[in-house]
Amino acid sequence: MKGYASLVKPYILWMSLFIVVPMLLIVLYAFTTSGNELISFRFTLDNFFRFFDPVFIKVLLKSLEVALITTLLCIIIGYPIAYIIANASEKSQTLLILLITLPMWINMLVRTYAWISILSDGGLLNSLLGFIGLPQMKLMYTDFAVMLGMVYNFLPFMIISIYTVLAKLDKALIHASHDLGANPLQTFLRVVLPLSLPGVISGITLVFLPAVSTFVIPKFLGGGQYMLIGNLIENQFITVGEWNFGSAISLIMAFIIMASMMMTRKMDRDASENTGSEGGKLW
Amino acid sequence: MVGAKSHKVLIFVLMALILTFFYLPILSLMVFSFNDSRSLTSWSGFSLQWYEALFKNREMMMAITTTLSIALMSTFVATILGTLAAIGVSKSKRLVKEIVLSVNNFPILNPEIVTAIGLMLLYSSLNIQKGYMTMLLAHIIFSTPYVILSVLPKLRRLDPDIAEAALDLGATPLEALWKVIVPMILPGIISGALIAFTMSFDDFVISYFVSGNGVKNISILVYTMSKRINPTINALSTILVVIITVVLLIVNLYPMLNKKKELKEAE
Repeated sequence: MKGYASLVKPYILWMSLFIVVPMLLIVLYAFTTSGNELISFRFTLDNFFRFFDPVFIKVLLKSLEVALITTLLCIIIGYPIAYIIANASEKSQTLLILLITLPMWINMLVRTYAWISILSDGGLLNSLLGFIGLPQMKLMYTDFAVMLGMVYNFLPFMIISIYTVLAKLDKALIHASHDLGANPLQTFLRVVLPLSLPGVISGITLVFLPAVSTFVIPKFLGGGQYMLIGNLIENQFITVGEWNFGSAISLIMAFIIMASMMMTRKMDRDASENTGSEGGKLW
Repeated sequence: MVGAKSHKVLIFVLMALILTFFYLPILSLMVFSFNDSRSLTSWSGFSLQWYEALFKNREMMMAITTTLSIALMSTFVATILGTLAAIGVSKSKRLVKEIVLSVNNFPILNPEIVTAIGLMLLYSSLNIQKGYMTMLLAHIIFSTPYVILSVLPKLRRLDPDIAEAALDLGATPLEALWKVIVPMILPGIISGALIAFTMSFDDFVISYFVSGNGVKNISILVYTMSKRINPTINALSTILVVIITVVLLIVNLYPMLNKKKELKEAE
């Protein structure tokens, strides 16, 4: 059996070449000047200094803001939905989860493209507004459209991740809480909510990460002028051809994402230490 | 319970709203693929002209072939590579295991755009022309980690004595691998292959950065075409949605029907 351990060797070689080297190349590009040959690098921090221009900082802040609001909306909408599904009969649970996950299988570009006709002037949503006697609104190419597209694309992840935790929740705990005299609201706030936090946390990871880095949704629903950090990186690589600056921006983005992930994980750990949400610690 | 009824109504309304939110765009997309005019907002009559246009459009047919062939080939290679790597990892020393798995997690945890530019830089520093092969290689690279993650749990539950017994009974290591280990971890391999296939089929970001010379998959085509209103995209999307729905329904309903059959037979 030990002989099979050598099967990992080809993959280690593969991984080094196709996962590690590309990461190192991004770092290398970020810290060097453009036009360098593989033999002589010219080390520089200019690419990072360049980013601290108000224009780019604004793009970064905007991306974080949009991703944060998207994540919050996904929690606010997703939690009640996950809660309802988790408390439905077993048969409806299977059906509802199937219905929620089905759109996730459809190509993300197609799903985002589908909103264009609904949000456009004279589109379905504006016709609806006109129908109930409200004035027409400009919906396409706004923050609203971009966030709507993000919530639409990422909400299923939040619902599924909260649902899996809620569905596994020991019903005996809820009964115990009732028996001990807690009202439904107290039971929810003191028992169900703390125990379901890990689901919310993993949902945050699943929504925030793609929301920060996406460039398709802002391009489709925000228009060509709408700039988030993903669009900025795309521009540097595809349109402008400034790979060194683009690499530096990607590093900054990756760093921010990693930092926020570590923060959420730490929050999760603190929360579970305080409430003992890791099953065993409860008693 | 006084509020039980209004409670139920509220739940029903909420679920109806959320399902409308999820399905309305897809339905509207499908409906307007049958529209007689170019408009995606006003209905002017039923027609199949966009489907006709789709099948006449060489670029679109090429994109469909590219997407399918890359998905099939990358799934095939990634499944073999990932399964072998997973078997190797599960038998490796702890340190090797930890290092391999944390590097393996990189493409999964990193934003896609970072993986994409990493590969783009790799190709350019090796002076490789971007095209079909670069896209295929990239798809194998980003889907293999998912195969490994899906096979590993099955290996953890595998009894090492069984493969040992096969070896003692005179099987060569290859036979023991193929006839004993692989059949026992098959569910993990199959779900890994399915993940690899859908990842490849749906990929946009990585393909967009690593392909060139006019090689496009469906996602890249949708991206470049959607700058103008184009009902052929609706027609293409409708076909994709129908295929995916049918496949998913079969996959999800088949076990349910089987269970019913078993129950009936048990009676």
